[in-house]
Amino acid sequence: DTSLAEVNSFSPSVPISPSSMINQYKFEDGPELRDLFITVDDPESHITAIETFITYRVVTKTTRGEFDSSEYEVRRRYQDFLWLKSKLEEAHPTLIIPPLPEKFIMKGMVERFSDEFIETRRKALHKFLNRIADHPTLTFNEDFKIFLTAQAWELSSHKKQGPGLLSRMGQTVRAVASSVRGAVKNRPEMFTEMSNYMETFSQKINLLDKIAHRIYKEEREYFNEMKEYGPIHTLWSASEEDIADSLKGIASCIDRCCKATEKRMAGLSEHLLPILHEYVLYSEILMGVLKRRDQIQGELDSKVDALANKKTEKDLFSEEIGKLEDKVERANNALKTDWDRWKQNMQWDMRSSFTNVAENNLRYYEECLATWESFLASQSVDLHVEEDSEDRP
Amino acid sequence: MEDCLAKKMEITVSEAEKRTGRNAMNIQETYTAYLIETRAVESQSEGQCAPVDSLWRRYSEFELLRNYLSVTYPHIVVPPLPEKRADFVWHKLSADNMDPDFVERRRIGLENFLLRVASHPVLCQDKIFYAFLTQEGGWKEMVNDTGFQLKADSRLKALNATFRVKNPDKRFTELKHYSDELQSVISHLLRVRARVADRLYGVYKVHGNYGRVFSEWSAIEKEMGDGLQSAGHHMDVYAASIDDILEEEEHYADQLKEYLFYAEALRAVCRKHELMQYDLEMAAQDLTSKKQQCEELATGTVRTFSLKGMTSKLFGQETPEQREAKIKVLEEQIQEGEEQLKSKNLEGRDFVKSAWADIERFKEQKNHDLKEALISYAVMQISMCKKGIQVWTNAKECFSKM
Repeated sequence: DTSLAEVNSFSPSVPISPSSMINQYKFEDGPELRDLFITVDDPESHITAIETFITYRVVTKTTRGEFDSSEYEVRRRYQDFLWLKSKLEEAHPTLIIPPLPEKFIMKGMVERFSDEFIETRRKALHKFLNRIADHPTLTFNEDFKIFLTAQAWELSSHKKQGPGLLSRMGQTVRAVASSVRGAVKNRPEMFTEMSNYMETFSQKINLLDKIAHRIYKEEREYFNEMKEYGPIHTLWSASEEDIADSLKGIASCIDRCCKATEKRMAGLSEHLLPILHEYVLYSEILMGVLKRRDQIQGELDSKVDALANKKTEKDLFSEEIGKLEDKVERANNALKTDWDRWKQNMQWDMRSSFTNVAENNLRYYEECLATWESFLASQSVDLHVEEDSEDRP
Repeated sequence: MEDCLAKKMEITVSEAEKRTGRNAMNIQETYTAYLIETRAVESQSEGQCAPVDSLWRRYSEFELLRNYLSVTYPHIVVPPLPEKRADFVWHKLSADNMDPDFVERRRIGLENFLLRVASHPVLCQDKIFYAFLTQEGGWKEMVNDTGFQLKADSRLKALNATFRVKNPDKRFTELKHYSDELQSVISHLLRVRARVADRLYGVYKVHGNYGRVFSEWSAIEKEMGDGLQSAGHHMDVYAASIDDILEEEEHYADQLKEYLFYAEALRAVCRKHELMQYDLEMAAQDLTSKKQQCEELATGTVRTFSLKGMTSKLFGQETPEQREAKIKVLEEQIQEGEEQLKSKNLEGRDFVKSAWADIERFKEQKNHDLKEALISYAVMQISMCKKGIQVWTNAKECFSKM
């Protein structure tokens, strides 16, 4: 137990109980405590008479008893992920459901089915499922299990059960509308604090997302210019004799630094950019969760108000109110716990991503430094030779 | 060999000042004047310091000096002046001649020019050059009195004319080809370098935005706050560091620019040689045709078609006296021509000898200077990398404490 506690370098206030151990361990670190391993890969294009779409392979390996088999392989499309997310939101309105990558947006010059777009989406979908698997409550959700294990036709028929999409949408719309109207009164201080926090956090994370993208763009432009810069020195060396070697040396240094820049850019797009984007989406989700909690509370508050005005049917009302009070308490507790967990994860993710950025930059500068230093050493050797020959009479 | 002036005299262009005055057309203009300070190098053991002489000169006077030197010493690769207008600028640099950074770099370039002339074995002995450094008033008149302008005008016309040399000197042809290549490759390099500098500036400066946002974010975080705040500070340091780095690189660019302009000076020497060669060939051709004419008149045979020959056939021959007179004139001209050809040949050989000596000197100087410049470029890159490592090491530490 102590060895595991050392590995998790979180603040001591987090309780070290078995269930919370599981949710603290990041899937990037290593799968020692997990019993559910999911990968999303192998995007494939499907063309039908009506539409073209992409499916992804979802492979699940597990040791859990509830699963009939220890390994599953299914193919899922983006719509299926959307379905799963909405089922989870329905079942756990005040839990923080991880974000899905956006539907196609005409962002920049990325085309709908470009390799870049598909790969970005695949990575995000992979993240999405693993975050669910790591969540202490969501990991045991029945729809999640079906998503991971059911064959295509099984999933389709399961989807058709339950309230239709439209009616669910209607509920959500009404819920949002009612929450806007007046659920702010009676809101516990803690949730107002959360709301204020999220407002600022959302602003800052959006800015950071933009800044990081801007840096990526500037690095790429720098890389493009550097590609042209090195070869000019080689060209020059062709008309020189004495300084030809020095010129060729400079050309090769510039080329090496150019490659190092490419690596730095790749690091940025692999780690920091997806994380920042995920948290941009998270901030929207969190504001939605807070609204849903307000809405649940609103239901209670309006019933309480109605009771105050009624003279008869008091007993029925108090039973209903009792149920609603329970509902509010459960919702609040769920959110509070999940919020703490989310904050821990966020801290961890930010720390590791930015540390990774710093490491990438260090690697970049160290590589460039080594290149230029070895060039300088080669030149000094030549200089010494010249000096010696001058000394001779 | 006499010690060059640079060893006997300390020369600096120490200050630049904005002035307003009226120009030749009585229109008010603003220009920059440069202070040239000179001091004789005394033996240090005496512990005495010679007094400093100083005078002000503007860029146009430097130009006049250089034109004079180019015309008077056509076989010398005359050091170039720094650029008149800012070229190869990247976006942050100003293309304005009055910009203080540009003026400062030009001051350094002008000092460099004077030092180059003062350390040239031939040029340093020139009286006009010495007067430029020491005589404030009446210098312009002194230069014009040498009459170099006349030579300049005719030379200029000839340099710009196109002509074919029948027996070009292979070495000079190769040299001209080299100077063209040098000019082309250095311009290309400077242009791309400016673009690279622009992009590098962008990368560094955008990181500065992190600082502000981290600081604002840290206000709402309890545990992460300190790490964020201090990391943000390091991002600000990173963003600010690019200004000094690129300013240093500008000096490297100036070193390359000097040799870009030197290529032009090199080509000028080749052209002058071409001109001399052409002159020589024309004189030799003229002499040959005169000799031929003489022979024809003497022997009465007409080997080549000439209108005169035809007209004399049609309208009768000349009298013997007329022919004698003509032959006499031609013989005089031939003698003159042969003497001229002899002296031109001598002139040509002298030119080639001294030009080639200076070209060898120039080549050595060029190889030394450019190699040094390339090494200094590597040193600059190393310094930039070390600064980057320091900043990101600090930032990493702050991030890991988040």
